[in-house]
Amino acid sequence: MTALTLTNVNKSFGDVHVLKDINIEVEDGEFVVFVGPSGCGKSTLLRVIAGLEDATSGEVHIGGTLVNTTPPSKRGIAMVFQSYALYPHLNVRKNMSLALKQERQSKAVIEERVAKASKMLDLEAYLDRYPSELSGGQRQRVAIGRAIVREPKLFLFDEPLSNLDAALRMNTRLEIANLHDTLAASMIYVTHDQTEAMTLADKIVVLRDGRVEQIGSPMELYNNPVNQFVAGFLGSPAMNFMPAGFVSEGDTRTLGVRPEDLRLQPDGDLSAAVQHVEHLGGDTNVVARVKGTQITARLFGQHSIHQGETVNFGFSPGRAFYFNADGLRI
Amino acid sequence: MNKARTNPFNTTAMHGALILYTLIALFPVFVILINSFKTRKAIFREPLALPDAESFSMIGYQTVMKQGDFFLYFQNSMIVTVATLFFVLLFGAMAAFALAEYRFKGNTLMGLYLALGIMIPIRIGTVAILEMMVAGGLVNTLWALILVYTAQGLPLAVFILSEFMRQVSDDLKNAARVDGLSEYAIFFQLVLPLVRPAMATVAVFNMIPIWNDLWFPLILAPAEETKTLTLGSQVFIGQFVTDWNAVLSALSMAILPVLILYVIFSRQLIRGLTSGAVK
Repeated sequence: MTALTLTNVNKSFGDVHVLKDINIEVEDGEFVVFVGPSGCGKSTLLRVIAGLEDATSGEVHIGGTLVNTTPPSKRGIAMVFQSYALYPHLNVRKNMSLALKQERQSKAVIEERVAKASKMLDLEAYLDRYPSELSGGQRQRVAIGRAIVREPKLFLFDEPLSNLDAALRMNTRLEIANLHDTLAASMIYVTHDQTEAMTLADKIVVLRDGRVEQIGSPMELYNNPVNQFVAGFLGSPAMNFMPAGFVSEGDTRTLGVRPEDLRLQPDGDLSAAVQHVEHLGGDTNVVARVKGTQITARLFGQHSIHQGETVNFGFSPGRAFYFNADGLRI
Repeated sequence: MNKARTNPFNTTAMHGALILYTLIALFPVFVILINSFKTRKAIFREPLALPDAESFSMIGYQTVMKQGDFFLYFQNSMIVTVATLFFVLLFGAMAAFALAEYRFKGNTLMGLYLALGIMIPIRIGTVAILEMMVAGGLVNTLWALILVYTAQGLPLAVFILSEFMRQVSDDLKNAARVDGLSEYAIFFQLVLPLVRPAMATVAVFNMIPIWNDLWFPLILAPAEETKTLTLGSQVFIGQFVTDWNAVLSALSMAILPVLILYVIFSRQLIRGLTSGAVK
């Protein structure tokens, strides 16, 4: 069964066409990540799914039911917001149980679900605290707990980690991944961070300017991007693009090579002037210029390369991507 | 305040200025209070002297208690003020919520129209209002005053509250919608508690002019049983003789309830509730 089906969804705000003909299917139990640069419409798309915005045209099916005119609370979804959006005047327990009370669940059911969720998220000690007395990470967990207790058909996450610091982000990311395994629920997760997308997703939807660029598993997108945008968006550091003429005379296409596919090779095709070297211990990132184009190479291990040196990079032809003038892969 | 940025001189100067201002502002009240406890002669002989054994007198308070129905006036003022504040806050907040929250045609225009009342003094329409009240049979009822004051207070209330409501996080309201709260529940349970400081501001702004107003009580409700405190106190001020003891005593007592209301509202002013809601 499909948890979510979007058919030709369009959304306009006045004259501004924000979502253009979106078609997406989310299978039961799947973790789908919407990723794209800011302003690409990914949050709007999530709001359309949640019912906080109406689609201008097209159909939204959740669990096989058409929900275009169903209010958010009746769609069988739960949403976690970027800003947590906890009710400031209610304590953690009441924050989590409010939605269940609205559904007129019995006290015993509410009690049980809150207990279960707070145990899962390590919140038992904080149930009587108010949001203002919690740290950022704890607030985020309460927000997630508020979604879990509803036992929704579909979880929606709107950039839930962007307010957390790096260490906490990593932990919470793992927690969300674990949560997905334990609950076996369908989840949609919006982010602009490609690392989050790559690590969490079963399926990634790359969006740009309100259009779906490509849908696929993280490795599919990494190994087989359909165009220059997807190729450049996924992977960190980003893929290097340069005129293919650099390696074969007269070629007008654009050549794309991932930083990790470049290697030091004395007879390599790319002779580069080193501008900057980042020693990370396990990796060494070399930023260099080839005939005016900046490239980044990610070398495994430690290398003694210095600024101002000239080094030669090579790559195996099988790891190269070629794009035409419109950015499409060929 | 950041400790590194304070120096003793600045602190002293700041507190000195504030204390000076407080003294100046409180002086008239102080004079009213001390003179209300003095004999008539002592009031005129030495207006600024504190009451001593010789000049002390409760005659003013006694007159007020005996003459006129002081407690009825008091009650009338209280009913009018509290009822007006209730309606201004309720309707003002509702209109502000609609203006701040929903996108509909003419939203901005409606907001401007509602704010127009801030610039036009309601007293210009006194004659028309009186005619309306006569036609509606509301003359000499407290409702006449409550309705007029509500109309007078709404524009500012809508203006201030809608600004504050725009600042309530959208995520919070959307979270409530996903949780199944109705729009009314969002308004009463979520937004109102969050804009409580703004509501207190509006209440304080509205309360004092209403409590002190003489104009509308005199015109719309001058009957004995609907007199407000301010109007009631006027019986002691005559064209030829003024009973200063009674006037000062009445005024002293009139300060109390506003003071209490003010304390209640100002506690809300300082209490920021939003902390911890978002981010």
